[in-house]
Amino acid sequence: MNRNKNAFINGIRDGIPIALGYFAVAFSLGIVAKKAGLNPVQGFLSSLLNHASAGEYAEFTVIMANAPYIEMAFVILITNIRYMLMSCALSQRFDPSTSNAHRFLVGFGITDEIFGISIGRIGALNPYYNYGAMAIALPGWSLGTAFGIVAGNILPASIVSALSVALYGMFIAIIIPASRTDKIVGGVVIASFLASFAVSKIPQLDQMSDSMKISLLTVIIAGAAAALFPSKDDDGFDTDSREEGGSRI
Amino acid sequence: MTHNIYLYILVAAAVSFLIRVLPLTLIRRKIKNPFIRSFLYYVPYVTLSVMTFPAIITAPKLPLAGILALTAGVAAAWKGLNMMGIAALCCAVVFVCEMAAPYLM
Repeated sequence: MNRNKNAFINGIRDGIPIALGYFAVAFSLGIVAKKAGLNPVQGFLSSLLNHASAGEYAEFTVIMANAPYIEMAFVILITNIRYMLMSCALSQRFDPSTSNAHRFLVGFGITDEIFGISIGRIGALNPYYNYGAMAIALPGWSLGTAFGIVAGNILPASIVSALSVALYGMFIAIIIPASRTDKIVGGVVIASFLASFAVSKIPQLDQMSDSMKISLLTVIIAGAAAALFPSKDDDGFDTDSREEGGSRI
Repeated sequence: MTHNIYLYILVAAAVSFLIRVLPLTLIRRKIKNPFIRSFLYYVPYVTLSVMTFPAIITAPKLPLAGILALTAGVAAAWKGLNMMGIAALCCAVVFVCEMAAPYLM
């Protein structure tokens, strides 16, 4: 019992810097949520339940487009599919006797950062460590979103315009270091930029929502990359390459 | 037809939950299929790239500010600046560009 308590406290300690970073980035996500018509309570709820920057960004584009619910399911599946990868990786780190209740809760709390700090622990994973990190990081993310929705109104337009790129800055922080480490990822990133730009310029595709374009481009480009350049590492869930990508939600 | 925002959130939350939880509860050994492994490896990078560009250019009021923010962000990320630093730098570039623009045009 004492070991669990220690693990929980360690989780809170490691979660504090994550929570601070989340608050700031979630603020810019709140600006997007506001544009999509969400009120602070809805933004808080969305962030508490989904806690995924790219996934929520896509979620808000679906809401903005007033697209069908099935499109929401598909878009979230694609934008959040990396959590499946992390979930697979974490499944290797659990004591086989870990109960399903712990598996559900730890799984629910997976974000890039929480995954990053928990996979870095030595030995079998203590779920209470994740709970500690979740207890501080997830409220930071949710409150940041709600605050962004509220303060997006109060702040001057110049500040809102500047903050609107914070989220993209975070995405850049993930894709560029990985491109530097893995040249194929770099090529994939450039191809994605070009394809995304081209698709945005094709008038025939104007009727398709942004989130649908994002999802389809992801399936096509990642599928092509996987067929042409199967990743060479023996362990697809190796954490080394992921940690190179820096921190992210 | 209009959709309910709470239902949207619920659908998104349910899918997110299943994605996160199913492998953890069902898969107890490593996936062997190299195509699936490679696909899952590339997915995050493609998604984030597609979301970033060209949206970073259209998000600020001034498209040029977005281009400069992208350039600065990529350079800083290449040099190894951390995530929050890059996000702050991109914001600062846009802010400065938009403040300076009226005096330059």
